[in-house]
Amino acid sequence: MLEILKQSNNPEICKPLAEAVKEKAKQFQNKFGRNPVFMEVCGSHTMALARSGVKQILKNDVQLISGPGCPVCVTDQKSIDEMIALAEGENRIICTFGDMMRVPGSEKSLLDSRIAGKDIRVHYSPVEAVKVAEENPDKEVIFLGIGFETTIPILALMVGEAEKLGISNISIWMTTKLVEPVLRYLLDSGGDHMDGFLLPGHVSIVLGEDSYRYLVEEYHMSGVITGFETAELLSGVYKLIELALTEQTALVNNHPSVVSKTGNLVIQQWFNKYLTTCDEAWRGIGIIPDSGMDLKPEYDRYNARKKFYIEVNEPRKSKCRCGEVIRGLISPMECPLFAKACYPMNPIGPCMVSTEGSCAAYYQYMRECF
Amino acid sequence: MEKFISLAHGDGGELSHRLIRNIFIEAFGDSKAAMFDAAEIALAGGQIAVTTDSFVIKPIFFPGGSIGKLAVAGTVNDLAVSGSIPAYLTCGFIIEEGFAVSDLKIIVSDMAKEAKETGVSIIAGDTKVVERGSADGIYINTTGIGIFKQGISCSLEFKEGDAIIVSGTIGDHGVAVLTARGDLGIFSPIKSDCASLNRMLRRVLDLSEGIRIMRDPTRGGLATTLVEIAEDFNLTMKINERSIPVKEEVQGVCDLLGFEPLYLANEGKAVLIVAEKEKEKILQMLKEFPEGRDAAIIGSIIGKEKGQLLLETPLGSKRLLTRLSGTMFPRIC
Repeated sequence: MLEILKQSNNPEICKPLAEAVKEKAKQFQNKFGRNPVFMEVCGSHTMALARSGVKQILKNDVQLISGPGCPVCVTDQKSIDEMIALAEGENRIICTFGDMMRVPGSEKSLLDSRIAGKDIRVHYSPVEAVKVAEENPDKEVIFLGIGFETTIPILALMVGEAEKLGISNISIWMTTKLVEPVLRYLLDSGGDHMDGFLLPGHVSIVLGEDSYRYLVEEYHMSGVITGFETAELLSGVYKLIELALTEQTALVNNHPSVVSKTGNLVIQQWFNKYLTTCDEAWRGIGIIPDSGMDLKPEYDRYNARKKFYIEVNEPRKSKCRCGEVIRGLISPMECPLFAKACYPMNPIGPCMVSTEGSCAAYYQYMRECF
Repeated sequence: MEKFISLAHGDGGELSHRLIRNIFIEAFGDSKAAMFDAAEIALAGGQIAVTTDSFVIKPIFFPGGSIGKLAVAGTVNDLAVSGSIPAYLTCGFIIEEGFAVSDLKIIVSDMAKEAKETGVSIIAGDTKVVERGSADGIYINTTGIGIFKQGISCSLEFKEGDAIIVSGTIGDHGVAVLTARGDLGIFSPIKSDCASLNRMLRRVLDLSEGIRIMRDPTRGGLATTLVEIAEDFNLTMKINERSIPVKEEVQGVCDLLGFEPLYLANEGKAVLIVAEKEKEKILQMLKEFPEGRDAAIIGSIIGKEKGQLLLETPLGSKRLLTRLSGTMFPRIC
């Protein structure tokens, strides 16, 4: 497997592939008089495209727009304020993914709360929080449950583990997101300037290839499921241009070694056992019906929203344009705060702080391209 | 300046830089001495180097070393990269009430072993014990004194075309410590590179004339160290991503967590900037030592004005590298 991955990043393969993509893009330009426009839905794609140099190499030939696939970036400002307020309570241990620590709320970040003495811990797996709860029976342990279909199953697993061990001092503050409703939202609200989607490899492992059929059948939009290595990304873009050039729409699984037609059925069973869909608020968009997942009522005892009463003020308006960045309406560099008031050491919006955020990707990897 | 000290102020990145510049140098003066890993002071009879460092690692025992080995090797390396011959160390211990004496014995034994192998003498020490809960086990400070050999030193006369060499794979220590903590649920076979480099660097310095500067890329990693050199001496430097040695396992953990090896700590690596015509000779000399067997030429100085570090990606595009921006946290998915 390692050998395959190494080959996927080998310049002897990637450089000619990049030239082929450029050549294909030229054909598109000659035919349609503009550059092809594709959205990379996933934040990890955004990072990989910027870090590997693909975005820089293709900047004059293909317009690659960052999409709403970074879990931190799409979290509503009010949700972030609520999570920080939750952490301010007494006798609590907050467990979270590392990405959340620096995200600015209206007044402070979780990191600020930790510096001020609150017990906030970073975990890579929510199941670790069960151990924390077991070791601290006199405290309430709350996991901040953000993420897409890739993360939601391990949140369900955490509940299953707590249930199995009979641990009651643990809960999840659910604010999860689903890919399909937001893609439908983007397409329903003027997404026709795009020629196709680079679809996320991670999420597709869970959902399966067939889950994207609506793109082609209902919206006549192409999608290529792709991995995260340089050659995979380039070949994904190549296939999207090829489809757009021939004016065909199709769904292509460019990641067949790990993405099946039906996805991971075991994980999907966990969804069904523990979770149900709910309305969710997205940053810069607002509420999209049935775009998130919450615990089923029978698991209310693990639902932090049911256990704790949190009320915060409406967030103040700022000049941060993260909401437009995640909808692909502007590039990070079009935000007036980018690299001036907003930079990784002083992020104003989540897209600058998340390790999958578009603004962070542009700041770290693309500033030579200005 | 931030209102409170955070962990990121100790990471060797941008916040550490600001803390040193805005508080310590502001108060203590002499910014020139603070640019190097050890200060050079004149005494009757010759020049000596003095450096001090505190070690606060968690866990205190990790694959490839312990806080004791680190406390000796870290200070020895600061002296060695400054071009001096490490001679003496002092050590100060802050120990938390309840710390196991058996662990202290192992740590002190590691220090003695490393000092003996390195050829330095530990000549003074101090111990303080603080109440349980006031510290995290054990902290060690070591101060080192090195002696400069007359006529042999780093030249600091940078020229376009000078080569940048790293003495081995980067990020090993960062990954070893991160995974040894166990709180990320990731296990890796990677050992820390924790090692004293003074013998290897001494030989290189004694037998070549083209060494401009040497540094040990500890906290903040290779990128932060090179950005500091570029800014301190107004150099434009370019490194090639493909040439930078990184173990597959280290890259794998980084890919999983969303980290960059360029920013992970190293405790047994040196970065050298050397004259273009000497680069192959110096590379071969480094490779003769076990701690330098993976040494590689990773880039060069391409200009002498801008004070910036560029990274060339395998696809041929270039991007600007900056200091580490605060503590690295693992990503969500």
